[in-house]
Amino acid sequence: MKDAFGAPQSLLVLGGTSAIGLATARRLIARRARTVWLAGRPSPALAEAADSLRALGADVRVVPFDALDPESHAERLGKVFTEGDIDLVLLAFGVPGDQARDESDPLAAVRVAQTNYTGAVSAGLVCAQALQAQGHGSLVVLSSVAGERARRADFVYGSSKAGLDAFTQGLGDALYGTGVHVMVVRPGSVRARASARASARAKASGAEGPVSEGPVSEGSASEGPVEAALATTPEAVATAIELGLRRRSETVWVPGALRVVMTAVRHMPRPLFRRLPM
Amino acid sequence: MLRPRTPEEAVAAVLSYGHGARGAIARGLGRAHGDAAQNAGGTVLDLTGLTRIRAVDAVAGLVVCDAGVGLHRLTQALLPLGWCVPVAPATRHVTVGGAVATDVHGANHPAAGSFSRHVVSLDLLTADGQVHTAVPGMPLFDATTGGLGLTGAILSVTLRLLPVETALMRVDTERATGFDDLLARFTAPCHRHRHTVARVDLLARGAATGRAVLVRADHAPYDALPPRVRRTPLALRPGGLPGGLPGSAGVAALLDGLRSRAGRPGTGRPLPLAAFLHPRDGLLRGHGRRGGFVRYEVAVGDGQEEALRRVVGRIAARGRAAGPGVLKRFGEAGPGLLSFPPAGPGWGFAVDLPASSGGLGRFLDELDEEIAAAGGRVRLAEDARLRPGLVAAMYPGLGEFRELRAALDPGAVFVSDLARRLGL
Repeated sequence: MKDAFGAPQSLLVLGGTSAIGLATARRLIARRARTVWLAGRPSPALAEAADSLRALGADVRVVPFDALDPESHAERLGKVFTEGDIDLVLLAFGVPGDQARDESDPLAAVRVAQTNYTGAVSAGLVCAQALQAQGHGSLVVLSSVAGERARRADFVYGSSKAGLDAFTQGLGDALYGTGVHVMVVRPGSVRARASARASARAKASGAEGPVSEGPVSEGSASEGPVEAALATTPEAVATAIELGLRRRSETVWVPGALRVVMTAVRHMPRPLFRRLPM
Repeated sequence: MLRPRTPEEAVAAVLSYGHGARGAIARGLGRAHGDAAQNAGGTVLDLTGLTRIRAVDAVAGLVVCDAGVGLHRLTQALLPLGWCVPVAPATRHVTVGGAVATDVHGANHPAAGSFSRHVVSLDLLTADGQVHTAVPGMPLFDATTGGLGLTGAILSVTLRLLPVETALMRVDTERATGFDDLLARFTAPCHRHRHTVARVDLLARGAATGRAVLVRADHAPYDALPPRVRRTPLALRPGGLPGGLPGSAGVAALLDGLRSRAGRPGTGRPLPLAAFLHPRDGLLRGHGRRGGFVRYEVAVGDGQEEALRRVVGRIAARGRAAGPGVLKRFGEAGPGLLSFPPAGPGWGFAVDLPASSGGLGRFLDELDEEIAAAGGRVRLAEDARLRPGLVAAMYPGLGEFRELRAALDPGAVFVSDLARRLGL
């Protein structure tokens, strides 16, 4: 049960190795969170993430979860909710994809879409139902600034986030008044550590296509001046999420200035937008 | 949300709805600041439909009434007969059931104890649909008084009343220049007043921290009345300004000072009963969680005055309090397992803080640590933010309460957001 300031006691992170997911979990554990469920594909990285949170004093449990296997979501995630109330579900999985490869390999592009959008639709709905049944809690979905307007440089990833963003907004409206709070978080390009980004990319290009690395931006190849100025870090996103929970916000931009920038970008004529160095 | 109108409907509601996945909790007038009467996703039994005052024994001073009767209505009914509710919390918008379930206390705690000390018996609807009669001395009684509705829904209460000659209070006011002076005046042996409460000026800092107005009062005897009110000594007079006023901190503080008419020192001034007993009525209608205020109410035992001084000092230094703090004295506690008044004599302090002031959660967590280290406690009935790990330390009766609750209600039919949050 959340307290008067919106600090959750228990959270479920979908995408248990996501840098943003873990940064948020660390932050909330420092406040009130005691029970953390990490959902992700079983891997040494997931076990390591669980141990790192346990070291902070939380009761951490791991649940196997694969975004690409929607049939299993109801059973796997449903089990989490039978163990006790979940105050916060953080939907943090997603793959950045590789634009050049995805354009030449439609199946690779489809996998990005299936992970980021289809998988999130199924997992999001399962969690929304469970939250509605318990009558309280927050569902926080990590969208991306890339979903706000498709760019030449990453429109496969961007379109999947655009779909997720629209889905989340609709879900938020559907759950309005039920006691469940839905929040869209739109970070700018997230500067993860260089090594983390490299490994995320290596994995993303692997044959198995691992899931749940969080929306690590692959922007370096095309990072323009505007984007670089509005880049952010997992810790900054975590801070924004905590503040959003306190305020019960519906949309959170990280950094906040993106709200203004993207309003301009959204209305920019396409011939001009095409020529922007971003 | 269900609003049963008879005890039979309440039984049916518990049997049919309470056994759902999310349980049920009873609610009175819903004025508490915390989440003790909220039940997300589950059923709330609004018991304000049970409004019968069943019997009044005007000779012995006993009343049998439904749990949904408000203290205001009870006072209206009883005062003309020369009887008064023995313990009055700071607001009269409390049902009798709510007063028992939170074991409310008043400014007369050293003399009168808390509400449950005056309860002769109560009827409790438990999870199995049975109605049990609990009397003082029974474990069920101890768990239910102050039990925050987690043992069941209280359906009716037999209450012992306090005889009064008039509907006025005789009020003495004095000023304390600082914290030490305040405590010394509070415990000064020369005073024999029934009610004592202090309004602490939280705008004062430094050496003046703890500057306060001390209000002592007794029920005025008939002889002490001014001649013009001697014809109607027991008429219930309204007290103070109308409610619902805008709530900026400064305005609230100013009005609170005006309302209590406690600004000037004086002795023997008559004040209507309600104006003295229920200073928070009207003024604080907007307060509470939805009004954007967090109530912080703590108690420490005697000997822990230093911890209390630090807490008051830190709240004053932070400078965000909405209105004055209220300091009370506690006498011996009742038997309630989760009752707020601490085991022995001690002090109670309460203040409203605007929830929007940044970092308040963390600040109050630090104060909690301070209070817990001093063996004190936070009042659960008004709480919406306590860290679960501290509850067991603050309430030694919690273990016994949990055992009793597990035996009485194995399916956890009676459950509230507070119980979920703190793992009661």
